[in-house]
Amino acid sequence: MPNRIGVYVCHCGTNIAGKVDSPGVAEFARSLPGVVVSRDYKFMCSDPGQDMIIEDIRNHGVNRVVVASCSPRLHEKTFQKACARAGLNPFHFQMTCIREHVSWVTRDPQEATRKAKHLVAAAVARVHWHEDLYSRKERVHPDVLVVGGGIAGIQAALDVARSGHRVHLVERAPSIGGHMAQFDKTFPTLDCAACISTPKMVAVAQDPNIHLLTWSEVTKVEGFVGNYTVTVHKKPRYVDEDRCTGCGLCLEKCPTKVVSEFEEGLTSRRAIYRYSPQSVPSIPVIDPEHCRTLTGKKCGACQKLCPSGAIDYGQTAQDFELEVGSIILATGFDTLDPAPMTQYGYGRYPEVYTSLQFERMNNAVGPTGGRILMKDGQPPRSVAILHCVGSRDVNHHEYCSRVCCMYALKYDHLIKDKVGHATRVYNFYIDLRCFGKGYEEFLRRVQEEDVTFIRGRPAEVVQEDGRLVVVAEDTLAGIPVRVPVDMVVLCTAMQPRADAAETARVFGISQGQDGFFLEEHPKLGPVSTATDGIFLAGTCQAPRDIPDAVAHASGAAAQALALAARGTVEISPTVSTIDPDICTGCRACVGLCAYSAIEFDARRGVAVVNQAMCKGCGSCAGHCPSGAARVRHFNGRQVFAELEGLLEALPQPPTPRPGADTEPPAAKA
Amino acid sequence: MSQFEPTIVAFVCNWCTYTAADLAGTSRMLQPYNVKLIRMMCTGMVDPKYIIRALLSGADAVLVSGCHPGDCHYINGNYKARRRVKLLQEMLAQFGIDQRRLKLTWIGASEGNDFARTVAELVEEIRALGPNEARAVATL
Ligand code: FES
Repeated sequence: MPNRIGVYVCHCGTNIAGKVDSPGVAEFARSLPGVVVSRDYKFMCSDPGQDMIIEDIRNHGVNRVVVASCSPRLHEKTFQKACARAGLNPFHFQMTCIREHVSWVTRDPQEATRKAKHLVAAAVARVHWHEDLYSRKERVHPDVLVVGGGIAGIQAALDVARSGHRVHLVERAPSIGGHMAQFDKTFPTLDCAACISTPKMVAVAQDPNIHLLTWSEVTKVEGFVGNYTVTVHKKPRYVDEDRCTGCGLCLEKCPTKVVSEFEEGLTSRRAIYRYSPQSVPSIPVIDPEHCRTLTGKKCGACQKLCPSGAIDYGQTAQDFELEVGSIILATGFDTLDPAPMTQYGYGRYPEVYTSLQFERMNNAVGPTGGRILMKDGQPPRSVAILHCVGSRDVNHHEYCSRVCCMYALKYDHLIKDKVGHATRVYNFYIDLRCFGKGYEEFLRRVQEEDVTFIRGRPAEVVQEDGRLVVVAEDTLAGIPVRVPVDMVVLCTAMQPRADAAETARVFGISQGQDGFFLEEHPKLGPVSTATDGIFLAGTCQAPRDIPDAVAHASGAAAQALALAARGTVEISPTVSTIDPDICTGCRACVGLCAYSAIEFDARRGVAVVNQAMCKGCGSCAGHCPSGAARVRHFNGRQVFAELEGLLEALPQPPTPRPGADTEPPAAKA
Repeated sequence: MSQFEPTIVAFVCNWCTYTAADLAGTSRMLQPYNVKLIRMMCTGMVDPKYIIRALLSGADAVLVSGCHPGDCHYINGNYKARRRVKLLQEMLAQFGIDQRRLKLTWIGASEGNDFARTVAELVEEIRALGPNEARAVATL
């Protein structure tokens, strides 16, 4: 059957037609070989737009379709499905982008139209060579992996488990809980973080569908959507999890003191320790770098004390594999270390604290038993709270961390509440961003509590006569200010995990420019990634507060469950093949394949692609000296044709200068 | 007659540079119209034959652009592209085609501004370099 091509040029309202002469492009397309129908329409992606294509396939014998509209990354699937609905193989479709790559970025309407014509000519030339291809169906493993046990990971795991699916929750710390477990109160309702998060942590530990792996990390991910094989590295606790009863006797007699990570360095822990007072699981862990026995010195105190014989200095790391259908990443954030910002004196002046330290100070089980005290044991008479430390700052992070304004207001309230109403509280802010539910109301409430707001980013914190002085400009009053205080709290920025790049590599996803993991679409795909079956939850994607992180996590759980519930997934047929009649058996491709998907068949003397393992990257095809290896849908014929279409002089205007086309500029409103 | 307007073909990877081009578009970053994209799944599938064909059939320059080293969606296709492009550049020189007519860049998915800048700079550079003579020979 001869190729009968239909070309459809979209206006996208005025997004395309405001610059590109869409009817002109459609008319031009009519002159291209093989084109039997060519139309332009306001919104090709709308139902009537798609129906147009379906109509033409059914009634006009169109058997190849070209759509010139937005990026194929947005609507390629939409149109492929429309083709399929009309009974046409969806791979007989080619889409070319005349919006993001043309109308939105080209100044001159005539040039834009000309470029659009070139792109359409290329797509038409290419679609001639498209072949029938059929997606392969694969089953989806019903289990889900959640990486990270902060509030987002906990929420995602609980949601998935509730549906009856099995979840593996991998957390690299000795306990789940994440940053939220460190907080004291939560804004704007002031309910205590532990009171609302501990029940969830316990629910995770008790849920028969959740396989909790703490003190563990994912080191390798293989496979594809629906069928991932994940390698988990479980670090030794040196405490037998089955024997330990969590009594805590061992913690008392350990002679070695180590700075506590959980308490943000404000106090110390032992070499055998429970990660946090509310640890889940409550089993302690021995820090091998500091434990006397494990560093070759004489001790064994914990072993002697343990009534259940759970201490096992000989425990070793374990690596094992899990099979899952999808993965939810909830790896969280780090807080910026303010020590390099020497102007604020963190690390130099003992009364300068980070926000997480201040959270611990407020926490009833924290180093001060929940009292706001200076190092000398006295309550401060005045406190300065510096907003946006490292956020909204071109030298650090351009973005807003989204939570600092609110927790700063919470601190205002807590200081007034705990230390007394006479305590002076100064907020140094840039803008107050109180956008969430109940947030503005909370601001109003705190404003009425006699707190001072000074608009201006402080220049420095200095020490004068033993007191801290915040030096700033009050930009509303236009005057420099020097405010002496007893204590300074730095609202440090949320930032990507220090090892986010490594994590991205392991899971095959990307990072955005800010370093957070990149979502599939900033607005309509904030949960999914470019890698099918890998979803994002919480602050690994962007700074978020607790309600947003929880909502995001539930979204990720829904995505993972959608896959699991369907039970099968369609795998694109655009993989490599090697033509055995052409292959010379040089085996170059075998070594090139990053997925070990090519094997050498010694009997026939040719290389063979394992289609289940091939991802269609084309490394083999890009190299094959004999041209035997080809990627389906990206083969030489198709790319050459596209090239020719792009480079061929346009048949229409015999003009001396490119761009001096005769058609009128598209002057549509 | 106004200035020389080069024709440039870009083989870009779907996961990074093509996405960056989309982002540049969404952010309305104006670009010269001379660069036209061919979407590939990975720079590792860009057969050197495609590049040679482009340079012989009318392109004044070819851009190959993909994910940053280490970021390739298919693990290491971009390293293979880097080796091929390097080799090809040397061969082009031997055939009298200026090496600058073949460019390799890494532009990540979120780097729309880098994409727009790369396009603008490349067009400038090739404008200064003038038309590709291999093209004239090929059309004789
Ligand atoms: S996928 Fe982008 S270069 Fe390989």
